[in-house]
Amino acid sequence: MADVIKKATRESYGEALVELGEKYENVIVLDADLAAATKTGSFKKAFPERFYDCGIAECNMMGIAAGLSTTGIVPFASTFAMFAAGRAYEIVRNAIGYPHMNVKIGATHAGITVGEDGATHQCCEDIALMRTIPGMVVINPSDHVEAKKAVFAAYKHQGPVYMRFGRLAVPVINDEDYEFEIGKGVTLREGTDVTIIATGLEVSQALEAHEMLKAEGISARVINIHTIKPLDEEIVVKAAKETGAVVTAEEHSIIGGLGEAVCTVLCEKCPVPVVKIGVKDTFGYSGPAAKLLPLFGLDAESIAKAAKEAVAKKN
Amino acid sequence: MQETTKKQLQKTACEIRLGIIEAVHSAKSGHPGGSLSIADLLTYLYFVEMKINPQNPKDENRDRLVLSKGHCSPGLYSALANRGYFPVDELKTFRHIGSRLQGHPDMKGIPGVDMSSGSLGQGISAACGMALGAKINGADNRVYAILGDGECEEGQVWEAAMFAGHKKLDNLCAIVDYNGLQIDGKLDEVCSPEPLDKKFEAFGWNVIVIDAHDFDNYEAAFEAAKQCKGKPTAIIQKSVKGKGVSYMENSVAWHGAAPNDEQYEVAMNELKAALKEMEA
Repeated sequence: MADVIKKATRESYGEALVELGEKYENVIVLDADLAAATKTGSFKKAFPERFYDCGIAECNMMGIAAGLSTTGIVPFASTFAMFAAGRAYEIVRNAIGYPHMNVKIGATHAGITVGEDGATHQCCEDIALMRTIPGMVVINPSDHVEAKKAVFAAYKHQGPVYMRFGRLAVPVINDEDYEFEIGKGVTLREGTDVTIIATGLEVSQALEAHEMLKAEGISARVINIHTIKPLDEEIVVKAAKETGAVVTAEEHSIIGGLGEAVCTVLCEKCPVPVVKIGVKDTFGYSGPAAKLLPLFGLDAESIAKAAKEAVAKKN
Repeated sequence: MQETTKKQLQKTACEIRLGIIEAVHSAKSGHPGGSLSIADLLTYLYFVEMKINPQNPKDENRDRLVLSKGHCSPGLYSALANRGYFPVDELKTFRHIGSRLQGHPDMKGIPGVDMSSGSLGQGISAACGMALGAKINGADNRVYAILGDGECEEGQVWEAAMFAGHKKLDNLCAIVDYNGLQIDGKLDEVCSPEPLDKKFEAFGWNVIVIDAHDFDNYEAAFEAAKQCKGKPTAIIQKSVKGKGVSYMENSVAWHGAAPNDEQYEVAMNELKAALKEMEA
């Protein structure tokens, strides 16, 4: 078996920004003293005159991005998810969301896999916060290929986009020729007994869970929901109708994220048993990212177990 | 400044004040005090200083104005209406259901509004972004931001001040409306942000302190701001809250309250009498 290639999506963000910058002159990158970590440093190196460090002042950075966007520039405001969605929430809502500014937010170090930095930096609330803002697109890519394509799609989209990237290197699961479309979910594995709807790094965990379940004779469909808002309701409802049970998997709080977004759709359009995999209303803690995933019940085994629970709930 | 020009500006400012009272009275809510204290400033900006085109509100080369103290929307709306962006009569729809004149400025719906604002401390950041954008694009337009003195208690104002100073945004001019009052009372009793001049200077700004409500002062200050290279300018205008309506002047009670019918009549009569005197 070939070695699995792994790459952190924050790396993909940095690479994509450079490629985007080569193609489009109106791309400007902002950071808040985290260029080495968010990987915007590569853009800074390639286009020093188009990179602006705002210092450790994320609220101001979001306002700067809003103002820049009114002059035909497409700003990519970059920092950790905790500060982009958390600290600067109200500025993102009022100065970017309300006037529907063409601002792109690159939020890295999302979720529990920030690892050793611990709870203060493990943002598991950002999807919830961002998806409550009218008109905001929320993208949580699953791997390197998807993350890069998401950055290009965000540039082409007119309006605010929140992109969520991770610190941890995750398996590359998509082919280079994969076509990414905002708001369009992707069925990665067919299945008839249950559907695992996953986002971000949980997609590769879901693929592993699919194999585990297969060995036990359970046919699990796997859907990659890279865009949490607008949610691909059609693919979700179709899966619920055809498989009769759903597991959602996200590296985010079970409150307000993908799980609740899916439940909202299903309880209105096709009620079926749903089991949610996510951070269960608790803060994180320090430790190596790979070890935190099972500790928080976010690994493939946990997803497989949840799938069996969901199947058992079917009448 | 020529006396005839000055007289005309004073009349315009009076018209703008009439519009402010009309708007808040019809809404039965809103913020007359801080709107009246910037009426002369807005007059100078919209009728003399700024390169704008009411026929083409989105003209790319226009100067921009961000009302960072967005609650003073009646002042901005009245200035825009009197400058021809929309009918003056529309001021009577302020804060009404279905009106585009939202409680706080909405750039999506109102012609001439360059930035949605209202949550204090945010407008100045957006103004910095606009000024930086102009520099990146090689455009020569200027950006103006009006802040409240109380607003300067928001930490984001100083994040923006740091940014503008560091990036040498000399196409940015912030005007702090220093009327000394905020909702909870006097600035120096609530939580004083003083000394404002020294704070802006410390962040690398060119600072000009003037007495407000004087068009010669505005002319001199804005000219000096334009001449200053390599630094953003902060004009701190010492103003009178509620200026032009006797019972509202220097009264914190009129920060965010609308006059009743009787008070409305008094205010309108005072302003109309002042206008008549100017026209005589």
